[in-house]
Amino acid sequence: MSIDLDRWEIVIGLEVHTELSTRTKLFSGATNEFGGEPNTHIDALTLGLPGSLPVLNEQAVELAIRVGLALNCTVQRSVFARKNYFYPDQSKNYQISQFDLPINVEGYLELPDGTVAGIERAHLEEDTGKSTHIGGGGRIHDAQHSLVDYNRCGVPLLEIVGKPDLRSAEQARAFVAELRSILVAVGASDGKMEEGSLRVDCNVSVRLRGSDELGTRCEIKNINSLRSLGRAIEYEAARQVDLIDAGERVEQQTRHWNEDEGRTLKLRSKEGSDDYRYFPDPDLVAVDPSQEWIERVRAALPILPAARRHRLAERSGAPLEQTALIVERGLDDLCLATIEAGGDATRTITHAEHNLSDERARQLSPTAFAELVGMELDGQLSATQAKTVLAEMVVDGGRPADIAASHGFEAMDTSELEGIVDGLISSNPGEWQRFCDGDGKVTGFFVGKVMKATSGQADGKVVTALLNLRKSS
Amino acid sequence: MQKVAKLARLRLTDDELERFTGQLADVLEHAADLQTLDLTDVEPMAHPVPLANVLRADEPGPALGRDEVLAAAPSAENGLFRVPPVLGEEP
Amino acid sequence: MSALGALGLAAAVRSGERSAVDVLDEHLARIAEREPEIHAFNELTADHARSAAEAVDRSVAEGRDPGALAGVPVAVKDNLCTRGIPTTCSSRILEGWRPPYDATVVSRLADAGAVMVGKTNLDEFAMGSSTENSAFGPTRNPHDITRVPGGSSGGSAAAVAAGFSPISLGSDTGGSIRQPASLCGVVGVKPTYGTVSRLGLVAFGSSLDQVGPFATTVADAAAVCEVIGGHDPGDSTSIPGAFPSVSDHLDDGVRGLRVGLVTEMMGEGIAPDVAARVRAAVDALAAAGATVEEVSVPAVSFGLSAYYLVAPAEASSNLSRYDGVRYGLRVDAPTTGEMMELTRTAGFGDEVKRRIMLGTYALSAGYYDAFYNTALKVRTLIRTEFETAYERFDVLLSPTSPTTAFEFGAKTEDPLSMYLNDVCTIATNLAGHPAMSVPYGTGDDGLPVGVQIMAPTLGEVPMFRTAAVLEAGLRDGSGS
Repeated sequence: MSIDLDRWEIVIGLEVHTELSTRTKLFSGATNEFGGEPNTHIDALTLGLPGSLPVLNEQAVELAIRVGLALNCTVQRSVFARKNYFYPDQSKNYQISQFDLPINVEGYLELPDGTVAGIERAHLEEDTGKSTHIGGGGRIHDAQHSLVDYNRCGVPLLEIVGKPDLRSAEQARAFVAELRSILVAVGASDGKMEEGSLRVDCNVSVRLRGSDELGTRCEIKNINSLRSLGRAIEYEAARQVDLIDAGERVEQQTRHWNEDEGRTLKLRSKEGSDDYRYFPDPDLVAVDPSQEWIERVRAALPILPAARRHRLAERSGAPLEQTALIVERGLDDLCLATIEAGGDATRTITHAEHNLSDERARQLSPTAFAELVGMELDGQLSATQAKTVLAEMVVDGGRPADIAASHGFEAMDTSELEGIVDGLISSNPGEWQRFCDGDGKVTGFFVGKVMKATSGQADGKVVTALLNLRKSS
Repeated sequence: MQKVAKLARLRLTDDELERFTGQLADVLEHAADLQTLDLTDVEPMAHPVPLANVLRADEPGPALGRDEVLAAAPSAENGLFRVPPVLGEEP
Repeated sequence: MSALGALGLAAAVRSGERSAVDVLDEHLARIAEREPEIHAFNELTADHARSAAEAVDRSVAEGRDPGALAGVPVAVKDNLCTRGIPTTCSSRILEGWRPPYDATVVSRLADAGAVMVGKTNLDEFAMGSSTENSAFGPTRNPHDITRVPGGSSGGSAAAVAAGFSPISLGSDTGGSIRQPASLCGVVGVKPTYGTVSRLGLVAFGSSLDQVGPFATTVADAAAVCEVIGGHDPGDSTSIPGAFPSVSDHLDDGVRGLRVGLVTEMMGEGIAPDVAARVRAAVDALAAAGATVEEVSVPAVSFGLSAYYLVAPAEASSNLSRYDGVRYGLRVDAPTTGEMMELTRTAGFGDEVKRRIMLGTYALSAGYYDAFYNTALKVRTLIRTEFETAYERFDVLLSPTSPTTAFEFGAKTEDPLSMYLNDVCTIATNLAGHPAMSVPYGTGDDGLPVGVQIMAPTLGEVPMFRTAAVLEAGLRDGSGS
């Protein structure tokens, strides 16, 4: 179900809610913990008991500022507003959120491919409790009764609204992945989509390529993984294109992603939606972080993924795209240190990209790594040998020279090699003739024979070079 | 008025609706006199307290015992609050 | 009525001259005698009171400090949470609900040794000016039981007026302490917004609500304010610092104090006998050395309109939580949506429903700017104009209520006429300023009249000084 991308453009804006890693809830001292027996992380405000009052959690503000700065936002004076609607897991039947004046505005993040995606705002709000529907297979429409757990009610959330700058499912996935790594890097969230601490809603619209106007968008909910995000976007874009092609119009609505069936289903129409009657919460005062607080947070920010990619690209000369995987694996610091210790940049990067997928690779000693790369470039180790030695270093540590010796990997004497090559040339004149005539496939024959003769210790590239040398002489 | 009652989760009889509409109209008529004031450049005051940044430390406070709370609930089951089927998704 | 006010009783108990239990019994006897006709209480808490009184007596016997209000009986408005004791807000929707915690003001009173004798009646959810909106029947004015005690804190005012307790707690959102104080002939104080914690006060209009005392004397009212007031970290709108120390200044007099009589609050809507008492008060203050002048605060005329948009708007949101899910009344239904609707419809009285409707409307899409936001701007205007007035005056004076106590049913047909009772008191809630009502003689019908003293933010000292002079004047006959 793919659409003609020459004709159509997909426009995507994501809304990401993340639970903040605080000890207590946003407005009360009830504990913020995942799991646990139902209704054991509650207090008066969590349940909306008469007479209860909210008091803002300082750490939630700290984390909000951290994320805001990490997303290049302006941190501003903000006000809490009540979003009024009735639902049993909303214990006061209003949610304390931020409306006109959110704490963070106008930021951006950079995707690994270099695309800059805008962030409209990131604001604080309370999470709701959870209801389960009993009877009727757990489906809301056939339930006999519902049960409500308020453990999650009041947990601090940061709602991050991205601008509709994304143009493909891949970009959307990259956006979420990048956002998640930022959130984890600054310690604001554990970013676990499976556990619900990171929730993604997706706004999708389509338009004819070249058009400036935005098409009608639909909001898609119930996306629980990056894979679902990609699938949902592609399904929804195709659905909308089909509608338009059939002469119908796309209705603005909220749709539910059904993972099993692989499609989106209408939930409710957004036109004429609930009137939330937002107004400033009279129980709370404004939050106006001082410049001093903001600068303190800024100074303490760790180096973020985008900056890491750029730094590695600059210092290693590798193209930006190649650095993404390395940074994702958390190996950029290692690479930099290795290059610093004298390791060849290109070789280091290549190893990091292809041969260091094991988690333990982060513990590699940069000097040892640099030594290994050096041995490889000297010709002391073939590429294959180097890979083996490296793998062992990751698991057991140690010096590359020692490991090479223990494997019996020795520097192959070039004259010995030449002797073997010459011997093979004389004993295989037919194949040699074909090689000289330009038959590239025969190379493998000779290299294979050399490998056999040297028990795999010869460097294939060196052998090929020798063959070519002989050919031209 | 019917829409407002729905938003407020109140069910009014036709008689009440009529009566309320009339009474509220009286009040709102008086509210119209506010429109005669020149309020350009006047900031709305949400509350009279000149405070900002009232924060608390991220420390656990007194929790409520689940049993005590559920005992006061109209209906409870297995540590959860029990309600009739909730139709319709969360806004 | 006991000649000794609260402070006198506390002194007697602290010195061991009287036991707290004895004091309690005296008041319980009075309650037994007149409560059936007055109905000041939703719930009497005699056992709770007895334990508290006994604890006070033990402290005294053991030489420990029993507190500034040791053994003083106190009645608490039934919209203040009291742990394990029903807190109903005089509404069916909370009938029988027992909070798992005490309001901050309740625990501060208990820590000071006060003995709670019961929870008093109010207009449902504090919405009203006569206590006729209570779901559990009205309270009657002890001066004339055919008349209302005022509202919404009618029960607390009546309790003190009838001698059931020398002090009581009420809440004031648009005049709900001051107006009943005036109608019942007792002292009633609404402190500066933010000086008394709202934690545990069932919210009505959050930016307007304040808890305050009723008492028979200005000194008692001051003492209660100092006990219950002061910063509470559990209330984000609580201002830092202790309550202004008014008790120390009660005898300062008013020499040199600049007093303003608010023109807009002495207009046609005020009964002539009420206006006359206010003018007598003004004269008494002048005689005591204050300078008195008339002052115009024009924005005050818009106070009612602004209030009847802001308060219901906040209330409509504050009362959303009453839905039958977690506590209180539940009317069963096949779906939760219906259950919430039926519960709220059955549980709320007419006035509450009216205000929820009004508030919901004022906040709804398309009307927010014209109604709610405009009202908030008018609020700023009112406060600014008052502050301008306070550059020239230390305190402002007005009647508390346009009339003396009216008869039951006199204003229930037309809500607007009921709302007009608040015309003098409402502006101070909008501005967040303090105000108090002091009894100052009677009207032509022999019923109590109160004079309202208003002051700027944290101006409780000049306010109480003025009140003390008026009170003293009446006592020694110079204020007739």
